Amino acid sequence: MPDANQQPLISVENLSIQFRTSEGLVTAVDNVSFDIQAGEVLGLVGESGSGKSVTAKALMLLNAENAVYGEHSRITVNTGADTIDVLSLQRPQDRMQIRGGLISMIFQEPMASFAPAMSVGSQMVEQLLLHTTMTKAEAREHSIDMLNRVGISDASKRFKQYAFEFSGGMRQRAMIAMALSTKPRLLIADEPTTALDVTIQAHVIDLMLDLVEEFKMGILFITHDLGVIAQTADRVAVMYLGNLLETGPVRPVIRTPSHPYTRGLLNALPRLDDLDAPLTPIPGDIPSPLERPGGCVFHTRCSQAIAGQCNSVAPAVVEVQPDHRVACVLRDPAGGRV
Amino acid sequence: MTEPLITAGDLSVHYPLRGNLFGPKPVVKAVDGINLQIERGSFFGLVGESGSGKTTLGRALLQAAPITRGDVTYRDGEVNYRINDLAGDDLKDFRKRAQLIFQDPYAALSPRMTVRDIIAEPLEVMQLTANREETDERVREVAAKCRLNLEHLRRYPHAFSGGQRQRISIARALVSSPRFIVADESVAALDVSIQADVLNLLQSISNEMQLTFLFISHDLSVVAHVCDHVAVMYLGSLVETASTRELFNAPRHPYTRALMSAIPSLDPDNRGNAQKLEGEIPSPTNPPPGCKFQTRCPHATDLCRQQEPKLDTMNGEHQVACHHWQTL
Repeated sequence: MPDANQQPLISVENLSIQFRTSEGLVTAVDNVSFDIQAGEVLGLVGESGSGKSVTAKALMLLNAENAVYGEHSRITVNTGADTIDVLSLQRPQDRMQIRGGLISMIFQEPMASFAPAMSVGSQMVEQLLLHTTMTKAEAREHSIDMLNRVGISDASKRFKQYAFEFSGGMRQRAMIAMALSTKPRLLIADEPTTALDVTIQAHVIDLMLDLVEEFKMGILFITHDLGVIAQTADRVAVMYLGNLLETGPVRPVIRTPSHPYTRGLLNALPRLDDLDAPLTPIPGDIPSPLERPGGCVFHTRCSQAIAGQCNSVAPAVVEVQPDHRVACVLRDPAGGRV
Repeated sequence: MTEPLITAGDLSVHYPLRGNLFGPKPVVKAVDGINLQIERGSFFGLVGESGSGKTTLGRALLQAAPITRGDVTYRDGEVNYRINDLAGDDLKDFRKRAQLIFQDPYAALSPRMTVRDIIAEPLEVMQLTANREETDERVREVAAKCRLNLEHLRRYPHAFSGGQRQRISIARALVSSPRFIVADESVAALDVSIQADVLNLLQSISNEMQLTFLFISHDLSVVAHVCDHVAVMYLGSLVETASTRELFNAPRHPYTRALMSAIPSLDPDNRGNAQKLEGEIPSPTNPPPGCKFQTRCPHATDLCRQQEPKLDTMNGEHQVACHHWQTL
C-alpha cells in the first residue's frame, strides 16, 4: 500500500492536449489531473476514443508532433533527489531520462512492440546500454535474469530467439521483463492483457502485482475491462472523451459508483454471478472529438441529464467521500437538484 | 428435445504442412473428431482459447473449411443437406440459408461501397429479388431491424463507429433470410457499452426470426448471458457441453473450471484467486498423447497420459470428456 504522506511519484496537473489537424484543433484530453504514488496502481478506464492512450503517451512525450499541450498543463516526476518538469524537456538527451529510464511502457500488441529482425535479447541489451552504465556482458546477464524472473523457462535460449518464435503470452512477459530491466519508477501498461487469453491474463496480472510489490514502482494501468481493474488497481480514474468523470479508491468506485457513466459501464458488463441480469447498453455512441458536446461531455448519452443544465454548464468536481471525486451535477450540492 | 438443425459426426479438419523428405508429413489437427448437435432455434455458444479450433469448426459447418473426415448434415424442415459434398444449386441454396458474421467490423465491410450496396449485395449475387424496387424494400426492412435508418444507407462504412458497423454486418447476414448464422467473435472488438447493445440485438433477432446461432467467443461471461447451450473446445476437441445453466452452475471438466475461474472478478477483495493453468495451449501439429489437456491439468493421472477420454454423458445433455469427472 502506498504511503499517503510522501510526495507523489508523478503528478499530472490540468493536462490538456489538442491535435492540430486539417480540420482544426481537435481536443483529445481536457484538463485532467491525477497523482500516482510509488507502489500504487492507478487504473485508467474508458472506451476507445476516450483519450487514455494519449494521456499515457504524454507522460513520456510520445505523442505526435502535432500535439499541442495546454498552457497550464504540468507533468512532474519526483525522483526523490529532484523533480523533473516533463513538458519542458526539449533536448533528446533530456527526454531520454524519462523515456525508458524513469518511465517504461508496455503496449497492447507485443508482436508490434518488438523489432522483428532483432533477437529479443539484443533489444533488451540495447536499452540497458543506453540507460545504465552496465557493460555488454552485465547487460546480457541481467536480461537473462529478468526473463527468468517473469517466468520464461530456458531463458538463455529464449534470449537468442526472435519475437515471432514466442507465443503471445510469452511475448507479453518478455515485454514486461524488458520494460522493468532498467528499474523504472513508473510503468505505463496500455491494455497489456487485452490481446491475451483469460488463462494467460491471470498469470500476467499476478506477475505485474508481484513486481510492483518488489520494485515499489507506480503503475498506470490502462484498460477498458473493469474486471481487470478490480483485480489490479488501488485507485481508479474513469475517462470519457478526454475528461476524468470519476476518480477514487477501487472499492467505492466499483461498489458504489457515483457517476452515471461509471454505473453505465458496470451495467453493460456481463456478470457470471448473475446470469439473469439484463445487459444494459449505454445508449448511443461516443461522439467524435470533432463534435465535443458542450457542458458535461457525457450529457448526450446520459439518462439522467437535466435539460438546460448538463448541456450548458461543465460540472464541477465534487468530493463525495474522502479521495473519491466525481464530476457530475447530480452529485454537486451547489448544483441543486439531486 | 427439438430436432437438430446441424449434426456433426466425427468431424475433422486437418491441414497438411510441408514436411521434410523423410518421415510422415506433419498435419495440423485443427478440428479432430467432433460430435455435435445444434438444435433448431438454439443460441449455441462455442468457447475456448485462441488456437482451440473454434473458428475452423464454425467454418467447417458452413463448408467454408475443407472437411477431412466425418459428416455434417443440415436439416431445417424444408431441405436436408449433407454439407460435405454439397455443390451446384444445392450449395447456392445452402449459402442463402447459412450466413457468417465476422469479428472485425472494420475489415469486413468494403470501404468503397455504400451501406445500401453492402446489404443489397447478397440479394443481387444470389438473385433473390426480381428488381431494384424489391431489393431496396428488402434492404430497408432488414436495416430497420438492425436500427439503421435511410440516412445511414447512403453513407460509406468509414462514417460509422464499431457498433454501427457490426449492425451493418448483421443486416448483411440477415438479408437473405437465413436459418443458421455463425457469429465468430462478433462482439470481441467492441467496447462493453456497445457490446451489450449488439448482444441484445442478436438475441432479439434470434427470437423474432427463429434463427439458430452458433456464437463463437473466447469470453465465457458473454456466452453465459446470451447462449442457451455451450460447448467448450480445447485443441480441436470438445471437452464439455451442456445447457448454459448446467455448465455454469456445475462445470465438470478441469479445463472449463479453469477458464471460469480465470475471468477477472469484479470484487476487489477477491484478488488473485484465479486458478492458474500451467503453460500454454500445445501445438495442434503435435498434440500430447492421451487426454489433450493432460499437460496443463492439475488432476492428470497415468490413465490421462495414455488414453484419450471420450465424451461421456453425465445426465441428460451434459457431456464431458474426462476420465475423472465422477470424482472431481
